[in-house]
Amino acid sequence: MDFILVNIIDGLVYGLLLFMLSAGLTLIFSMMGVLNFAHASFYMLGAYFAYQISIFMGFWLGLLIAPLLVGIAGAGVERYGLRRVHQYGHVPELIFTFGLALLIEEVVQFFWGKSQMAYVEPEVLHFTLFSIGDNAIAAYKVFMIFVSMGIFLTLLYILTRTRVGMVIQAALSYPRTVEALGHNVPMVFMGVFGVGTALAGLAGVIAGPMLGTFPGMAILLGSIVFVTIVIGGLGSLWGALVASLLIGGLTTFAAASSFQFADLLLALGMERPADLSESMLADLWTLSLPQIGPILPYVLMVLVLVIRPHGLFGKRDA
Amino acid sequence: MSDTSQKPAQKMATISAPGLSMVNLLPWILSGAFLLVMPFIFTSNSAITIMNQMAITIIFALAYNMLLGQGGMLSFGHAVYMGVGGFMCMHIMNMVEVNELPLPLPVLPLFGGLFGLGLATIVGAFSTRKAGTVFAMISLGVGELIAACSIIIVVFFGGEEGISGDRTYGLPVFGVEFIRPIEVYYLIAFWLMLSALLMYLFSRTPIGRMANAVRDNPERAEFLGYSARWVRYFSFCASGFFAGVAGGLWGINYEILTEENLGLGLSGSILMITFLGGVGFFFGPILGAIVFTLLQTVLSLETELWQLYVGALFVATVMFFPGGIAGVIMMHAPSVLLGKARLLVVPYIKTLVPGVLGVLGAAGFIEIIFHRRHAAIGDEAMILFWTDINSHAIAPVAITLAVAIVGFWLARRSAPEMADAWHRSITPDGPGTGGPS
Repeated sequence: MDFILVNIIDGLVYGLLLFMLSAGLTLIFSMMGVLNFAHASFYMLGAYFAYQISIFMGFWLGLLIAPLLVGIAGAGVERYGLRRVHQYGHVPELIFTFGLALLIEEVVQFFWGKSQMAYVEPEVLHFTLFSIGDNAIAAYKVFMIFVSMGIFLTLLYILTRTRVGMVIQAALSYPRTVEALGHNVPMVFMGVFGVGTALAGLAGVIAGPMLGTFPGMAILLGSIVFVTIVIGGLGSLWGALVASLLIGGLTTFAAASSFQFADLLLALGMERPADLSESMLADLWTLSLPQIGPILPYVLMVLVLVIRPHGLFGKRDA
Repeated sequence: MSDTSQKPAQKMATISAPGLSMVNLLPWILSGAFLLVMPFIFTSNSAITIMNQMAITIIFALAYNMLLGQGGMLSFGHAVYMGVGGFMCMHIMNMVEVNELPLPLPVLPLFGGLFGLGLATIVGAFSTRKAGTVFAMISLGVGELIAACSIIIVVFFGGEEGISGDRTYGLPVFGVEFIRPIEVYYLIAFWLMLSALLMYLFSRTPIGRMANAVRDNPERAEFLGYSARWVRYFSFCASGFFAGVAGGLWGINYEILTEENLGLGLSGSILMITFLGGVGFFFGPILGAIVFTLLQTVLSLETELWQLYVGALFVATVMFFPGGIAGVIMMHAPSVLLGKARLLVVPYIKTLVPGVLGVLGAAGFIEIIFHRRHAAIGDEAMILFWTDINSHAIAPVAITLAVAIVGFWLARRSAPEMADAWHRSITPDGPGTGGPS
């Protein structure tokens, strides 16, 4: 029981972190049809900016300012980069954001080098909040859960209950009509892109101390985020939430489990060969579930795509 | 012979004539001769290593462009097909060595191609349902999946140290044992010519033509009775085959394949190479592979920051020259044909010289800043453009920054003049076309 509870908490932390990235990504995609390949790079920028700010002004100001800076950078990218490339079509847009991701990684290495930064959680949150069995739950994890939940509820409120949200939703489906009604649709696009990247930046700020702040952090999370929104269904916010939690849970449970494939083979009535190097199944005999944990999201994605090409909640063609 | 029986023959002749005429064959003969002569011009071993690398990259880039340029499918995981082809070749190489099978080395890439094809037929079955973003995401996911498997399935992928082999196994082929790099070079050059020719011919077949149609307007192609999905599927499989051939050649050349041959890094670079070269023309990826390999080898010797520059170049290409190098070259075909290319010389010099100076200035500035941030404390001496300077002094920073700003400003100021000259050079003279409209 303890095992399950602890892993649910860990899965929630990771899943909600994924959701903060995939929410922005899927919003941007459903609005502009652009899959922002550089989204995880903005997440990385958030962590690095927050680290730099935290040196001078502490963690909390970093939490406030870094996402703003990332959002401004994102809006700038939309205004001066994407809008220009838009005329060539969606594939060049995707290639542009891919190039941007490479460039951001290089720029980060240019300023901060290749090694991991000493970006840590604030002193205030550096204690054990409670324990389940022998497992201590750090206060920072709970803080992460609350921040992500808060962001999710705010986003939901803005999108469904406010005037701005109405305009955004309308601009998603009928951009021309919304424009004819006197709203500045390019401005809305820029705003959504800015907010989406700022969300990614915020995710970076709070994930940096836990997952590490290093130049590879964007690639490490980036492809998982894409897998998430493909599983959830491109353009669906609820799909992004469900898929994020699913993947979060899946990877955490896989990483924590002690399942060996050898047990399965034995249960199937096979005999362990004396000399493993001769056997074609040598890998299966030595493999354990934590080892294949990292590939489970991809396997899940392929399965979803084969069985349900639109993704779990997707309405449009996926 | 009667008239009626001659007519179809004549018609056949007029249709197939463009494929066989001297003008169309000339580039192939020239490039074949070029490949033959190259090792006599650049004789050093390092030059041959670079050329081998280049040739393999060209095959891979051409295969990639079958997807991106001709089929409109953006793949983020194409290294997988090359990698799997290569890994299979290494296994075959080792198997042949152990069991002493009579399999000559030169046909090995064919097996690489077949296994690349095999994987592509499986993955393509569900990934080619749609083009565009969805295809890109699936290719990324599948690519990452197989790349991640490479560490898990040690029997096939060899874990972290990869799979290595020995190309000098077995019987010599006509006395050639493939010990020296030059012998490998000619083997690779042969496969390069063969695959390039086949890929070119593929783009001329009805299925290759339909791939273009499906790229531009899938709906309309479907109305004409073609299944967009099947057309994409065939292009995808063909591309997987040639990627596998490239992988087999990689295996022969380096005698080792590791997980890096499968990863996102290689998939990303092949996208960059193809796009830099230009996706709109058949020869674009060839140019891209040559330029990129040169940049990689030359620039990486000069500076640690070469990836930053290449990344910036790539983003600039996507933003300003979506046709790539080939597109820029072909932009000037009309002015050459009209005999007005000389109109361009002065405006180009006036814009490009300050532009290049500006880029060099900016690069110098970046290098100085980089040195200041990352050199050991107290290490203030650096070499910039063959000059010893002190990176912490004001003068070099000021000079490079000034050169960059002035260069860019001058280039920007004369850019409209250059654009105007270009427009004039592609406009035929004659009544009614007095000035730029």
